[in-house]
Amino acid sequence: MSIRILYFARLREDMGIAGEMFELPGETCNVNSLRAQLVARGGASATALGSGKAVRVSVNQDLARDDTPVKAGDEVAFFPPVTGG
Amino acid sequence: MAVRVQQEDFDIGAEIAAFRRADPGIGAIASFIGLVRDVNDGQAVAGMTLEHYPGMTEKALAGIVAEAKGRWDIVDALVIHRVGELKPLDQIVLVVVTGAHRGAAFAACEFIMDYLKTQAPFWKKEQTAQGARWVEARASDDQAAGRWSEPQAK
Repeated sequence: MSIRILYFARLREDMGIAGEMFELPGETCNVNSLRAQLVARGGASATALGSGKAVRVSVNQDLARDDTPVKAGDEVAFFPPVTGG
Repeated sequence: MAVRVQQEDFDIGAEIAAFRRADPGIGAIASFIGLVRDVNDGQAVAGMTLEHYPGMTEKALAGIVAEAKGRWDIVDALVIHRVGELKPLDQIVLVVVTGAHRGAAFAACEFIMDYLKTQAPFWKKEQTAQGARWVEARASDDQAAGRWSEPQAK
């Protein structure tokens, strides 16, 4: 299944891209397993999204948790803790 | 409810006048204005770039305002947040809460800012003499937002 992924702020710079389409095996997964599969690619993905990095995630523009489900066609964004206001 | 994300500056007087719409039921207006400072974490700041997540930002702010309206007896709330290039002295954010009485208006205004700080997808990148740096999230902001998770009296 195809997931639309976006990166913001420091993560966008670390990844070197603002977003990408990512193909996942199976019909559903969750935020944690999606992140793990991105990290498994190595390179910038492992550096930017690896454990120990403060990463926040949203699914379809709502803040998500590690166990939030992800399904085909979803928009998933990875970004650092927010600093507005 | 009104939520706006914009590059342009805002005029506080004009915004409040338009938002209260000459409603004689409004007896209190609480407002907060966030400004760009010229120093942060001990370093001089020449300016900053505010990035956001178009779409999610508006959704998150609308959700925060709706939560405030559910918790307090207020008439309405307005949030304006700027993005793009900003310099010291510039206005960044405006929150205006209208209500019959001041207590709910003050509380809802503070709640909206505390939640905006920790939940709305904005990121600041500062320009300093040592180069550009992303602003780190503060634990004190999480603590400020966390105190609202206790049940609040209306």
